[in-house]
Amino acid sequence: MPTINMLQAINQALDIAMAEDDKVLCFGEDVGGFGGVFRATSHLQEKYGKARCFNTPLVEQGIIGFANGLAAQGSVPVAEIQFADYIFPAFDQIVNETAKFRYRSGDLFNVGGLTIRAPYGGGISGGLYHSQSPEAYFAHTPGLKIVVPRNPYEAKGLLLAAIRDPDPVLFFEPKRLYRASTGEVPEEDYQLPLGEAEVTKEGADITLLGWGAQMEVIDRAVEMAEKDGVSCEVIDLRSILPWDEDTVVESVLKTGRLVITHEAPRTGGFAGEIAAAIQERCFLYLESPIQRVTGIDTPFPLTLEKEYLPDHLKIYEAIKTSLHY
Amino acid sequence: MTAQTHRPDFLSGDEYSIPTYAVLSQDGTLHDGAEGPDLERDKALRIYHAMVATRVLDERMMAAQRQGRLSFYMQCTGEEAAVIGSAAALDDADMIMAQYREQGALAYRGFSFDEFMNQLFGNELDYGKGRQMPIHYGSRKLHYMTISSPLATQIPQATGYAYGQKLAGEGLCTIVYFGEGAASEGDFHAALNMAAVHEAPVIFFCRNNGYAISTPSVEQFAADGVAPRALGYRMHVIRVDGNDVLAVYRATEKARRLAVEENKPVLIEAMTYRLAAHSSSDDPSGYRSRKEEDAWRAKDPIRRMQLWLEAQGWWSEDEEKALQDELRREVLGTMKRAEKRPPPAIDTMVTDVYADVTPALQHQLDALKQHVRRYPEAYPRGARSLDPALSHRDADQGGD
Repeated sequence: MPTINMLQAINQALDIAMAEDDKVLCFGEDVGGFGGVFRATSHLQEKYGKARCFNTPLVEQGIIGFANGLAAQGSVPVAEIQFADYIFPAFDQIVNETAKFRYRSGDLFNVGGLTIRAPYGGGISGGLYHSQSPEAYFAHTPGLKIVVPRNPYEAKGLLLAAIRDPDPVLFFEPKRLYRASTGEVPEEDYQLPLGEAEVTKEGADITLLGWGAQMEVIDRAVEMAEKDGVSCEVIDLRSILPWDEDTVVESVLKTGRLVITHEAPRTGGFAGEIAAAIQERCFLYLESPIQRVTGIDTPFPLTLEKEYLPDHLKIYEAIKTSLHY
Repeated sequence: MTAQTHRPDFLSGDEYSIPTYAVLSQDGTLHDGAEGPDLERDKALRIYHAMVATRVLDERMMAAQRQGRLSFYMQCTGEEAAVIGSAAALDDADMIMAQYREQGALAYRGFSFDEFMNQLFGNELDYGKGRQMPIHYGSRKLHYMTISSPLATQIPQATGYAYGQKLAGEGLCTIVYFGEGAASEGDFHAALNMAAVHEAPVIFFCRNNGYAISTPSVEQFAADGVAPRALGYRMHVIRVDGNDVLAVYRATEKARRLAVEENKPVLIEAMTYRLAAHSSSDDPSGYRSRKEEDAWRAKDPIRRMQLWLEAQGWWSEDEEKALQDELRREVLGTMKRAEKRPPPAIDTMVTDVYADVTPALQHQLDALKQHVRRYPEAYPRGARSLDPALSHRDADQGGD
């Protein structure tokens, strides 16, 4: 199997989806001939023509409004928002329109064909507006699906599933890993399930839960903890909405301890939702309070980025706190 | 490259004003030299029938709202020619995306009083399953996109929908309606610019009726209405007398040709007046004069068309009376039927959030049903769908 990076895996997924179905369109700012500022849509315009892969004017609410209309018409739009930080002008179209299209029409109309791709996350000296992780804003919106891949293999399989899913999907790509994460990826078509978490490592003493770029940070913390003789179970949530409560519950019933980590700020972050749900279902099995290792409640700073991020050392400390409670 | 000038001369919009295309005068005769459409008798009568039906429906349902039988209502009154005249110039398979004051277009396409009422009362036959407020209609078979409350969101959606129609090559277009107030939203700008750049077969139809709730158009924009904005996007544009059904029809017919045959999006601004209150929750006497309203009432678009039809020898006072009586009777009958129908089953609360009900949602529904069973008196609508026996008991007590 060839070894490729995450951008190449995403490009492959888009290529496969466009080759398979004429109704699949890719568009956004700089997506056309240039192939995207990160090159995720490289060569797609060359292969499939300007009508199916094109630049849009610089207007996020327009991109998503246009995409909603296309999806309602029966097309399968894959819209790109250049940075997740700039998805907010389209918040109304996504939350009031995309998410509620099927419900409000009694299923007369839907925008199930829609996928919105957006690079997210910090660690690239992006400052306030090239670093954000906005998943929790959208997790409060019934009707959306939210997916975050952790490596090239996951990115390709989950993106293909998202494009073919009958519901609209927000697909947040960890841009810090775009080129940094490489791995073996089958050249052919395959899909990974939405709404299912994956236990990436089995363990007995404590459960670690994250998604996207945090997964490799968790792995580094786990390596340290295991040297101390701690057996860690690691779960990649993969889908933020709907999320796989059962897999997390099953793990916590076994280990009795849970550490959740995400880059986004703590207050209102998705870890809060998970912690509440797990304490409801695992109350008698919890041996220590659920730990949240997250960004702090500030805008995302530039110079102090390293201090801000929930890195492996902070996760390692949370593991120790949980075990020694 | 554009021409150069070496003088610091500014341009302003003051010198430029877009004229209003008008064909039909209030007495039913054509303006001198006016160019009207080729409108056959049957089609003209279909348009007129829809206009009268919309007026009758609106008046009766506003009264029903005042009686407390309906939670909310909005009338199309005064704007029937703008809405129905434009819808009539389209192919019946073209997509219509409306704001909320375009029930006339739906009536023209053949939406029945039963279908209107089922939505207004949110009963079990409502296509929208009782989820949205009254007047948020939708019809897949009539190509009328379900309405949503957030203003202007449908405008860029129409651009996208039309772009999809162009790729599909079916020779169809999309018309999108909005008021002059909604045109101040960012989505309006996004939609027109994208339509021009991507050459989408879309007709932007602005109902400039003078008011956005209480805000008069002079507080909405400083320019000569909405129409001049199209020029900035390099888009075809026309302004029409919105109370003149012949002008609206002819303009839309030509706009459709530009959209479908040349992939040129078009903006139509129809100048009209919102004769009724904004909605059942609004009282316009707080912000505009009776005199102003009366002046516009004298320009009633339905009366204007009626006089024209009579001048053609296609319509008479007797036929007018018979039509009015028949429509009134029909509205009353269907209203009584629709308000007696039960609400949608409680299970519909969780369907269509996603294509399939998620396990988490099913879990929440099960808990809710258990709760409703415990307190059926507090949740009569939900309880009725859970237990038919409760429904019978309601009926015995003369409940609705």
